[in-house]
Amino acid sequence: MSIANTESHHPAHLPHMTVTHAANPGARLEEKVSVRGLNFYYGESRALKAINVPLYAGMVTAFIGPSGCGKSTLLRVLNRIYDLYPNQRAEGEVLLDGKNILGAKQDLNLLRARVGMVFQKPTPFPMSIYENIAFGIRLYETLPKSELDDRVENALRRGALWDEVKDKLGANGLSLSGGQQQRLCIARTVAVKPEVILLDEPCSALDPISTAKIEELIDELKSDYTIAIVTHNMQQAARVSTYTAFMYLGEMIEFGPTDRIFTTPSDRRTQDYITGRFG
Amino acid sequence: MTDHTAKAFDVDLQDIARLVSEMGGLTEKQIGDAVDALSKQDEPLARRVIEIDAQVDHLQREVEEKAVLTIARRQPMAVDLREVVGALRIANDLERIGDLAKNIAKRVPAIDRDIQLQKVMRGVEHMADLVLTQVKDVLDSYARRDLDKAMAVWRGDEEIDAVNNSLFRELLTYMMEDPRNITLCIHLLFCAKNIERMGDHATNIAETVYYMVEGHALVDERPKGDTTASAKIAMRQ
Repeated sequence: MSIANTESHHPAHLPHMTVTHAANPGARLEEKVSVRGLNFYYGESRALKAINVPLYAGMVTAFIGPSGCGKSTLLRVLNRIYDLYPNQRAEGEVLLDGKNILGAKQDLNLLRARVGMVFQKPTPFPMSIYENIAFGIRLYETLPKSELDDRVENALRRGALWDEVKDKLGANGLSLSGGQQQRLCIARTVAVKPEVILLDEPCSALDPISTAKIEELIDELKSDYTIAIVTHNMQQAARVSTYTAFMYLGEMIEFGPTDRIFTTPSDRRTQDYITGRFG
Repeated sequence: MTDHTAKAFDVDLQDIARLVSEMGGLTEKQIGDAVDALSKQDEPLARRVIEIDAQVDHLQREVEEKAVLTIARRQPMAVDLREVVGALRIANDLERIGDLAKNIAKRVPAIDRDIQLQKVMRGVEHMADLVLTQVKDVLDSYARRDLDKAMAVWRGDEEIDAVNNSLFRELLTYMMEDPRNITLCIHLLFCAKNIERMGDHATNIAETVYYMVEGHALVDERPKGDTTASAKIAMRQ
């Protein structure tokens, strides 16, 4: 990592602690999630190498890097989605509010309620729009019908979808357009009141208007949630995030305020990547 | 710097830089010719300086169009973005230098051939030489992204200010000595001021080169020596 001229890759070394608040240099940053010395293996192959990175509370952190650099893998560790697959394991620490979520005793359902995820391809359930939202809520809470209705409406409003679907809540989620489906998935994620939202290329299958709506949504959501977004769209990373992390070949190359990463990156590889000079 | 994966992006940036260099060449010529025309009372040469200015203006518009197009088409980041923004700024400064040279050329027909103030004229020429070197050096620093050279230009403006100050005093003296000198001296005063302003634009360009290379603005206070704004005339009783 090349922040403030630190050169060590030692897992215990935490160079990001020296990063100042992007908008307000004096303010202290609260680390909602702290990744420390994280290694990740697909079988024998090591996909993440001693990653250290924070997700600051109430901010958007963008992860950029060429395909295969490990950014999606990192996201998959943050809510332990990888646990669904055999032969995948993580070493090191991922602290959520200071508690390591990689421990064997971690309740995975609870973790995934706290750390929601939206994928590249919209994945609505094959059920009504209403049920798409209500389904997740019912897993964690038992609510009277009227309260559930409120929660569904609220989530759809937060997902910037309410006005478009309020008259057809019974319609199948799959009948919506791609952009609407993705917003439905975000609404579904928001409905269970997570603390952290992970977005894995949420706009890559969407047209520019839907993309703008999702970006607007991210802006709206960031005051209440801690957001991590993986994107191949550099301009999108520059637009929506406060902090940006550049990864390459499973390593965290550079982490810092987005404004700086996209104007004066300190690492040559970051510069080459964001200016389109790679390889 | 390695090439962009999209080769056409490199071509776009090279085109912009080439246009700026072309502008630089023309304005250098304008400065030299304008001062030559002034000291030799060469009116045809003065007219050519005025005509060339249209080309400089045209090139500036071309740089602007190309830069805007490149931003729209390529969304340049980091060093590339500074490259484009820097070219825009430098083209602006060069266009202004061209205007100032044109202004000197416009004064050539108004100069009274009967009055000979060789010493002051030498002073104006000397100042123009200094500025021309500054402009050449700063364009060089732009072409090579040479920070040291840019900084030398940035610091070198003080000498021009000093020559301007002494010229200013000399011209005041001539005007006080004989009112018939006033028209010529006023014209030369404006010429000197124009040349001094060219020097300021050269330092602006130096600051832009600094920004392009370093990625942040030069915030130090530049050494300045122009005191003509606060000069007073001590009238003899």
